[in-house]
Amino acid sequence: MQTKRQKIKDSYLLYSFRRDKVAIVSATILALFLFAALFAPMLAPYDPYDVTSIDIMDAEIPPSWMEGGESRFFLGTDIMGRDLLSTMLYGLRISVAIGIGAVFLQAFIGIAIGLASGYLGGRVDAVLMRIADVQLSFSTLMVAIIVSAIVQVAFGVGRYEQIAVPLLIVIIGIAEWPQYARTVRASVLGEKNKEYVEAARVIGLDSKRIMFSHILPNTLSPVLVISTVQVANAVMSEAALSFLGLGMPVSMPSIGSLINAGFEYIFSGAWWITFFPAMLLIVFILVINLLGDWLRDVLNPKLYKG
Amino acid sequence: MFAFIVRRIIQATVVMLVIGFIGFSVKHQLGDPVRDLVGISVSVEEREALREQLGLNDSFFEQYGRFVSNAVRGDLGYSYFFKKPALDVILSKAPATIELVFVSSMLILLLSVPMGLYSAIYPKRFFSRLAMGVSIVGVSIPVFLTAIVLIYVFAVQLHWLPSYGRGDTVNILGWESGLFTIDGLRHLVLPSIALSSIMLPLFIRLIRAEMMEVLETEYIKYAWAKGLTRKRVWLVHAFKNTLLPVITVGGVQLGILIAFTILTETVFQWQGMGFMFLEAVERSDTALLVAYLVVVGALFVVVNTVVDIVYGLVNPTVTIASR
Repeated sequence: MQTKRQKIKDSYLLYSFRRDKVAIVSATILALFLFAALFAPMLAPYDPYDVTSIDIMDAEIPPSWMEGGESRFFLGTDIMGRDLLSTMLYGLRISVAIGIGAVFLQAFIGIAIGLASGYLGGRVDAVLMRIADVQLSFSTLMVAIIVSAIVQVAFGVGRYEQIAVPLLIVIIGIAEWPQYARTVRASVLGEKNKEYVEAARVIGLDSKRIMFSHILPNTLSPVLVISTVQVANAVMSEAALSFLGLGMPVSMPSIGSLINAGFEYIFSGAWWITFFPAMLLIVFILVINLLGDWLRDVLNPKLYKG
Repeated sequence: MFAFIVRRIIQATVVMLVIGFIGFSVKHQLGDPVRDLVGISVSVEEREALREQLGLNDSFFEQYGRFVSNAVRGDLGYSYFFKKPALDVILSKAPATIELVFVSSMLILLLSVPMGLYSAIYPKRFFSRLAMGVSIVGVSIPVFLTAIVLIYVFAVQLHWLPSYGRGDTVNILGWESGLFTIDGLRHLVLPSIALSSIMLPLFIRLIRAEMMEVLETEYIKYAWAKGLTRKRVWLVHAFKNTLLPVITVGGVQLGILIAFTILTETVFQWQGMGFMFLEAVERSDTALLVAYLVVVGALFVVVNTVVDIVYGLVNPTVTIASR
């Protein structure tokens, strides 16, 4: 019964996907980006981390189709003489890794807290949700900026940059868990009093089992919907932190730190160092948001009508 | 209702104590006031004596208690870079940020209300579709990129508007204001557009969604049946009821705007609190960092508490629930 229902749902998902041009285009671009991020070392013409291959004399060469451009650097070079295309590919890889890592962490913390809060109820629920409310009222970006600033002052810039990737995952993960906790709690409250949960309780299963293998699977579709938007948010937060100099260092740039590095050179006319990474970031976030919108419409027919 | 207000204020106080606790632990772990005060030539014994005198050998909670009681009296520590009390530094930077936030919120308000209403009333028209399409693109563009594009187009290429700083300011009762000089206003244009760009799409969508919902309700149908003019139904009957959620969300978003001022101020070298905060991070000015944390924390808490209470006053269902 369960699998059959799932199948129908899946085919409906597929059906509406085929009919929606925006979704198809977005998904294709997203897949392309993810592919590029995953295989960056193979696709990139140069290795931007290999210091020996970088020549500072190559710095600020414009894109190949412009005057002064060279064919070996298709999109030109950045301030350190690295091939911009290769650096962007590696940067996308880092941004995607941080975005997805942070979302996994958020989802893990948020689902655990949301489940506990919704299922146990009472005082546990009141305390946990108060904490979530308070943290949400502070704007996730603000929390992320302040936490990363404190960590950077505590560790010093040098140490911070060495462990920047896991740190950013933890910082963004901690900043945004309340979103998940609230969503999961809301659907747990909806599921908790249904007959199948009661049946499970009557046959004597323990609450851990009921929570994780009975209720949890039924709360996952809203989790899926917010996950897409959360990935976009996490990538955007990471870019903002890096832009402020609180994220990835220029020696191992993410998209945000590339934009930051290029920004100082925009006044001298080297617009491409900022422009191409910026376009990459915008398109990446836009397609995720469009897919998220589509997914929300499909999985939540109540909203679809409105 | 009274119990509700009291409860909200108690909660706000607890949150402030927690923020103070975080701020104090950061200060306790990172800053060494003795090292900040004395040079290298001071002996170990003298340092010890100074530590004792400053109360740094007391227990953690004694020191925390002192931190809180000082903070309540407005003493948030001393910035060793500016050689001034940290709160004074922040207050001297606050007008710049407040003016930026004020002008941006005005922009958001004046643009989002008519656009949101229009696209709710005529959802099929070209302009409405355009507004919706642009708003999803707008949500996807980080605020610092909007800022960079604005600088590149209007400052670097066209030379129409200045790209950084506040320009001329006038001192009005101790408030350094850029709102009353032409130069100051010209400097405000790009930063405030950049800052409002992040919230504008959200508000247009929110107002549109609320308005569309209200237009479907029974009492609007009744208003049509009464034969009221279109203007009266839309602007008096319907719009009034879309305002409630907009006010709540608006209050919370006002707090979030403050987070985005850090980004905007960095791009435009705007001498406000956010710019100061990042400089403090670079200089490891712990006292200033902690003071900023406490001040911004207080700002968020006050805004949220006021919004909650106002909402409670306006919306009767909240009052019933809290009894």
